[in-house]
Amino acid sequence: MRYTFLLYSDPADFADMTAEDWEAEKQLYGAYIAALNEAGAFLDTDWLQPVSTATTLTTKGGTRQVQDGPFAETKERLGGYFAVDVPDLDAALAWAEKCPAARHGRVEIRPSAMGEG
Amino acid sequence: MSQTARAAERAARDSYGRLLAFLAARTGDIALAEDALAEAFAAALTHWPTRGVPDTPDAWLLRVARNSMTDRQRHIARFHSPEEPPEMAAPDNTEADALPDDRLALLLVCAHPAIARDLHTPLMLQTVLGLDAATIADVFMVSAPALAKRLVRAKSKVRDARIPFVIPGPDALPERAEAVMEAVYAAHTVDWLAPLDMMGGEALYLAELLARLLPDLPEARGLAALIAYGHARRAARVVDDVLVPTDQQDVALWDADLWRYGDQHLTAALAHAAPGRFQIEAAIQQVHMARAATGATDWTALNKLYFALLQVAPSAGALVAQAVVTGKVHGSAAGLAALDAAAGSIGAEVQAMWAARADLLAEAGEVAQARAAYDQAISLTQDVPLVRFLQARRAALNG
Repeated sequence: MRYTFLLYSDPADFADMTAEDWEAEKQLYGAYIAALNEAGAFLDTDWLQPVSTATTLTTKGGTRQVQDGPFAETKERLGGYFAVDVPDLDAALAWAEKCPAARHGRVEIRPSAMGEG
Repeated sequence: MSQTARAAERAARDSYGRLLAFLAARTGDIALAEDALAEAFAAALTHWPTRGVPDTPDAWLLRVARNSMTDRQRHIARFHSPEEPPEMAAPDNTEADALPDDRLALLLVCAHPAIARDLHTPLMLQTVLGLDAATIADVFMVSAPALAKRLVRAKSKVRDARIPFVIPGPDALPERAEAVMEAVYAAHTVDWLAPLDMMGGEALYLAELLARLLPDLPEARGLAALIAYGHARRAARVVDDVLVPTDQQDVALWDADLWRYGDQHLTAALAHAAPGRFQIEAAIQQVHMARAATGATDWTALNKLYFALLQVAPSAGALVAQAVVTGKVHGSAAGLAALDAAAGSIGAEVQAMWAARADLLAEAGEVAQARAAYDQAISLTQDVPLVRFLQARRAALNG
């Protein structure tokens, strides 16, 4: 059985973190990923850039609509996720447009904060 | 002003957008490019007056900016982020003339769908023209610190979400260019009634640039014509702080050079036989301009053009204008009927609708109703020249 963990947190809780704090945080996650890997349970993870880098796309109604910012939750609920590796936002938008979920819902695109590789 | 200081200023005006686009396109980082370029211009102001202006000022500025960028990237790399600094071509002696023009890519980034729509125009004004946030905020009547913050965030998004500095393929370009044109158009309308119409000049610059960068896009040339016609009338539009409608303006105050310039672009655009919103709007303005030659406004031609505009790009403004023109051609009763028919899609809060209704009612002799409509129209605008114009009309009502 695959399970997806969606990690929610309040950005305000991280506002005062120093470079050392971040390093420690990353090591915690690194250890967690290593533990998952060791158990054969790891599939995929990502660490996302702040919500201010989000772009939301929908093809609901037949036309492609792109807007700056995250998806503001209304009736729709998070139902899954894809992680893709493409050169830039235009390429990501092109894939998001092809995503079946865009036809009746919305796809929020957030760049990874993990860097290259 | 000394020769060298003038040269520095000229270089600044001519080169800023081009250099910024070049630097931003190669790093994906507009803010970094802006800071580096600011440093280069500051260095020019220090060095050129004493050591003389270099033979190729742009190449000099580019070299200094690139060095500054490399330093900043090293700094960022060392202290803030484990990521590699963005790739930069090795500094060379690029001649100014050989500098590729990346301003179209920059304009497309500014008007990217992933950037909030109301920031498209401010971003363009800041990056391509080098206007500061305070000036832009002043023109758009928004809070300067708030706008500055939003611009910083938008530029961070361009960098962090990696919005590419590329010219999209022919299938995507028209739609993306449309957003650029919308933003240039917004610059053109923002301070329409201000005495200097400063943004009119800036919009004309952007529209001219866009028409040059996209010579085969008829709408880009249509937009250049539209803005040129509008800007040609800037001195006639407001006299003694009172608005003067186009069909009553003193044609001697119209700028004949801009009129000709508009005609050139519109003729070239229409030759493509691919009409669009901006070409039709330009054609409407061309009919208004023709009064300077013929002495009369051709309302029948305007009627046809507004009909065409409503097919291509229906808007409240066009519906109101169509009703006004209908009134001129077929009388006030027909004009009022057209306004009534369109009322549902125009919306009760549209100022121009009340002004048009008031004029038509006045012409029909419905003084009491006209007075009420003028009051409504006056209550819906803060523009002083427009308020004064409407008050004068209201005062001229008989009875």
